[in-house]
Amino acid sequence: MGLLGKGLFAGMAVTARNFIGSYFDGGRKERLFTYQYPEEKMPLPENSRTFPFLVCDDEQDPVGTMRCVACKICETECPPQCIYIVMDRDEKGKPQQRPKVFDIDISVCMQCQICVEVCPFDAIKMDCDYEKSQHGRFDELVEHLPDLLKSNAYYNRIKPTEASAVDARLKAAQEKKAKKAVPAAKAEGPAPAAS
Amino acid sequence: MIQPLTEEQRFQLVPGPEGLIETQQLAVSIGPQHPSTHGVFRMDCVLDGEVVVKLRPVMGYLHRNHEQLAEKMAWLGSMPYTDRLDYLNSMANNWAYALAVEKLAGIKVPERAEYIRVIMAELTRLLNHASVIGFMLQDLGAWGTPLLYAFREREKILDLFECVSGSRMMCNYFRFGGLRVDMDEKALGMARDVVAKFPKFLDEFEQLLTENEVVLARCQKVGILPKELAINGSITGPMARASGVEYDVRKVDKYGVYGRFDFRVPVGAVGDVYDRYMIRVLEMREAIKILQQALRDIPAGPHVAPEVKVRNFKVPEGDGYARTESPKGELGFYLVSDKTGKQPYRYHVRPPSFINLTTLEDMCLGHKVADVVIILGSVDIVLGEVDR
Amino acid sequence: MEQLYQLLHGWFANAPDAVLRTVAIVVPILLIITVFPGVFAYITLIERKALGRIQNRIGPNRVGPWGILQPIADGLKLLTKEDIVPRRADKFVHFLAPVIAVVPAIVLFAVLPVGPGLVPVDLPIGILFAFAVSTASVLALFMGGWASRNKFSLLGAMRAVAQVVSYEVPMVLAAVAVVMAAGTLSTVGIMHKQAGGFLNIAHWYIFQPWGFVGFVLFVIGAMAESARTPFDIPEAESEIIAGYHTEYSGFKFALFQMGEYLASMAMAGITVTMFLGGYNGPGVGWKYIGPLIGVGYFFAKLLSIIFVIIWIRGTWPRIRVDQLMAFAWKVLLPMSILNIVAVAIAHYMESKFWAWIVTAVLLFVAAVILSKIGSPQNVERRTYRYAA
Repeated sequence: MGLLGKGLFAGMAVTARNFIGSYFDGGRKERLFTYQYPEEKMPLPENSRTFPFLVCDDEQDPVGTMRCVACKICETECPPQCIYIVMDRDEKGKPQQRPKVFDIDISVCMQCQICVEVCPFDAIKMDCDYEKSQHGRFDELVEHLPDLLKSNAYYNRIKPTEASAVDARLKAAQEKKAKKAVPAAKAEGPAPAAS
Repeated sequence: MIQPLTEEQRFQLVPGPEGLIETQQLAVSIGPQHPSTHGVFRMDCVLDGEVVVKLRPVMGYLHRNHEQLAEKMAWLGSMPYTDRLDYLNSMANNWAYALAVEKLAGIKVPERAEYIRVIMAELTRLLNHASVIGFMLQDLGAWGTPLLYAFREREKILDLFECVSGSRMMCNYFRFGGLRVDMDEKALGMARDVVAKFPKFLDEFEQLLTENEVVLARCQKVGILPKELAINGSITGPMARASGVEYDVRKVDKYGVYGRFDFRVPVGAVGDVYDRYMIRVLEMREAIKILQQALRDIPAGPHVAPEVKVRNFKVPEGDGYARTESPKGELGFYLVSDKTGKQPYRYHVRPPSFINLTTLEDMCLGHKVADVVIILGSVDIVLGEVDR
Repeated sequence: MEQLYQLLHGWFANAPDAVLRTVAIVVPILLIITVFPGVFAYITLIERKALGRIQNRIGPNRVGPWGILQPIADGLKLLTKEDIVPRRADKFVHFLAPVIAVVPAIVLFAVLPVGPGLVPVDLPIGILFAFAVSTASVLALFMGGWASRNKFSLLGAMRAVAQVVSYEVPMVLAAVAVVMAAGTLSTVGIMHKQAGGFLNIAHWYIFQPWGFVGFVLFVIGAMAESARTPFDIPEAESEIIAGYHTEYSGFKFALFQMGEYLASMAMAGITVTMFLGGYNGPGVGWKYIGPLIGVGYFFAKLLSIIFVIIWIRGTWPRIRVDQLMAFAWKVLLPMSILNIVAVAIAHYMESKFWAWIVTAVLLFVAAVILSKIGSPQNVERRTYRYAA
């Protein structure tokens, strides 16, 4: 039994150290790592992801300024097939560049972020809200288009570095398109003036 | 219709030794709902008093059709599913799959990505071994104390994973040709912090447990796995090294940049439960050495090979097998790609826990019921991997 | 009880004798039934909070400030749970087992001297009565395991009976040493022998070498009697999922828990009486607040022993059944017999100082030899080699 249980008492010294240390931790979360949940939430890092949401540029008109064009790439690439998109068509049946129905079933979604990676328009991004429990298991856990649309200002608030990089890239692309449009306009310009 | 097995077929009572007293054997199923079988796993045991006379493991309670699902999805789409194979070490599984696809498609991975992959894999090894030792001691009966100390350290590493990849456990971080996003300076600082504090935790853990007489008495000479049986049964990982087999895939294959690091591989002599526990503790110390070298030498550069596409990724025709040293053993992926190349034609996982479990009966015969639980804990199984 | 009767006779001299006797019996009974289960309830709370702090977390703190109302919430919850009895179980025995678990523990409190003049019954054979009654609770373990018609419960019951019966012997022999030194079997008498001296502390039996060894033996026996870790084989959660009380729910389960905790409290109380001087301490003889101080000392000593038991529960794993028996019969029993020899030597030597030295040396050498002989033969220190 060792020499009169020497190893046993070494173990008890470790436990005693933890017991006393837990009273004098001072918020460092070394010897007492409890967060009292509803009152005190653990600060999440910027990159943390839970479920997807759709980005719209202006909060006042979400449906009009959303970036999604219903290309259905995310629906095809999603591994558990949790996205359902129906493109919007106007009265004559011509497809608008907008989804009419965009459903994500969050009881199926496995938060893998592949939809974000493949989207060519930076329209769908990952949210970090984890308090999503509902009182039902099936229809209540499907999120529809109005709930999914959140503004770019919200996106900048939750993920500053990623959102500012996306904004810079979109602005650069827009400026390049504008610059390419200006020489075309200038090329057409003198002709009408001449006549 | 398949008939379920009858009681006699399930248990197969073995005739006991002749003696003065007529005894009866007890057929017990240490069943799928049990606090210590590490998941839904069943063992049909026949006991003679307290001694185990026959033991038959029954797996398949967590089968989720992983391999068939992968044959219907694109190559990248099954990367999140590999996270859920060995759900405690998601980065290790990701690496094995990425390695297999890169081997088939002939993609070269940039240096910085290789170093970050090694850092992530060794951090995963640290957290796996700490958790396994914690769980084994929980099975021994120390009510939660070593487990919660191990989880305290695990939380720091999981916070680092969340900072880098977005999710604590199901990371989905590796891509073919590199990683999804780069690791910035803040994350590298967190990693250095974790590595600096870990040896102190290991010393405290060892003081609590290694010299403890109760642990010594319960774990030594229990569940011995002889070296020949380990080699014949394809046992890999810390379990084989504890039995004396000097085999570590990192040293044999030198995949990634493991050839550049200076680390040793501990090997045991007896192959009992105590050896497996000590080999894991020594491997944690070696992993810290590798981490210190990797964090010191990490170069700048791109984090993913630029020619790899995310959508419409095609792999040329052929088949290949790639393996890594995951914390539980040798994790291998065998992929077959056909002419179209858009999804795997055949996808097979070689799970270390499943192969290591086949020797459970040989290790448990002659020991008591209490030992069966500890031996199962030292094999280190995760049911997600065993049943896929 | 006698003193209460005298007091009442002094106040109400003209009341009928039968009424005074009845009141003098009923009042202590009511006090025991309310005070000690109340203390038990708060000891469960202290245990949960102490185990929490050992494991780096806070215990319950939601139900009242610092979780003060938690035992009440637990009691209400267990009272309102559905009472499940297995269909083929033996209903009468299943019902009676928790009752038999609790009653001996409560009856044991009748001989504990809580304060000056505050012992419910001053039996001249107090210690004998205490051991006789505490052994009766073994029946409850076996009844619970047998009546549940569950193989795991039966295993737990078998082990429980073996354990309790084997640890009775060294415990009783350690108490015999104290009885020899004090010359009386009455608890009050043993406690009075330890009064006097410097601050009423110097004569406590724990400061004698044979008293110290007896204290250690008695505490180990008390932990084994009430099935606390490291001896909690009967209810080993990780192997046989709660053992003899697996099939109990609701209030019967609460009664089993109460029986276990009350038994450990009662045994701790007897330890305090025999080795730590009962309610003796500085200031007990003072006129009006003496009794209150005595009660305070008794409960302080009781709670400190219980705190040590809780601390041990949070640290050590549990011992296997055969090692447990080997420990009881090969180490503790010879030690307790040697303890009796040491008491005899100390009693018959003239010089108290040399008696102390001689007995201390004898017991220390015996402990070292026994710990070497009695430890499992296969325990060794190992070193590990590293592969190339």
